[in-house]
Amino acid sequence: MADSMITVFERPHSLKPVPSHFCSGCHHGTVHRLVAEALDQLELQQQTIGIASVGCSVLLYEYFDIDVVEAPHGRAPAVATGVKRVHPDSIVFTYQGDGDLAAIGTAEIIHAANRGEHLTVIFVNNTTYGMTGGQMAPTSLGGQVTTTTPYGRDLETDGNPIRMAELLALLDGTHFSARVSVDAPRRVAQAGKVIHKAFEMQKNRAGFAFVEVLAACPTNWGLSALDANERISQEMMPCFPLGTFKDLSGAQG
Amino acid sequence: MKKLVIDEEFCKGCGLCVIACPLELITVGTKVNKQGYPLAQISDANQVKCTACSACARMCPDAAISVYLPKKD
Repeated sequence: MADSMITVFERPHSLKPVPSHFCSGCHHGTVHRLVAEALDQLELQQQTIGIASVGCSVLLYEYFDIDVVEAPHGRAPAVATGVKRVHPDSIVFTYQGDGDLAAIGTAEIIHAANRGEHLTVIFVNNTTYGMTGGQMAPTSLGGQVTTTTPYGRDLETDGNPIRMAELLALLDGTHFSARVSVDAPRRVAQAGKVIHKAFEMQKNRAGFAFVEVLAACPTNWGLSALDANERISQEMMPCFPLGTFKDLSGAQG
Repeated sequence: MKKLVIDEEFCKGCGLCVIACPLELITVGTKVNKQGYPLAQISDANQVKCTACSACARMCPDAAISVYLPKKD
């Protein structure tokens, strides 16, 4: 850009200049950008190791200009624990979807949080298994039609949507747990601040930080990008309220 | 002097920037990129009206929008 212009907003440096494979209107890209912005602002790009999960987020090593380890399905917090303990000066984060973190990886995330591992966990909740074709996830809402619940999720037989941010806030090892959304500009800005804080806490060696992000999956919800974006505030937020459920950063001074 | 630059390679025409803009300056047009997505666009007249608030760029899932402001002398 010419010298006569001031840059107000640009793609973060921690994100490679390549187009993503995500569907039109998918919020994974937004969350990727917010994480990259936090790494840029805290100048952590050179010391950060990302742990990719299984799902649509599996290809994040193609998009982040950082070192990335790909973990088996659900095991990202376990791999991250190993990486962080071997490289305690690195910043280690996992980036997981709800099929990964809240289903097959429930044990790993709960025990990583309970041990108080010095990790940052970014949890993208879009109430479905995106990559495998829209099956029911533990976070699917009551009545939600998915490929494995064609008549809608029946809460009596299929269980209830699981609220991971509240659940992990109950554990003594968790230092920060919050839920944010990226369906409107002001909420994206708020989500950016929370993700920034979650990385800042790790930089200050504060402990386990968990951020759940409500996101849209237009393709598997069978909605347009705009309708899917609308569904977050209309249907998801009543079940998954936004907020900070635990924050011990102040207590540590 | 363009304030808003939309990268045609990254844009997927989802329209989230269209609903984000408080002044409704952006539209999704008929021109497509090489992936076949229709592209978000802003006319030269609307470039002048743009306040560079960056709401569109924050909403864009593909980080396709850059925002600039002319320096004041």
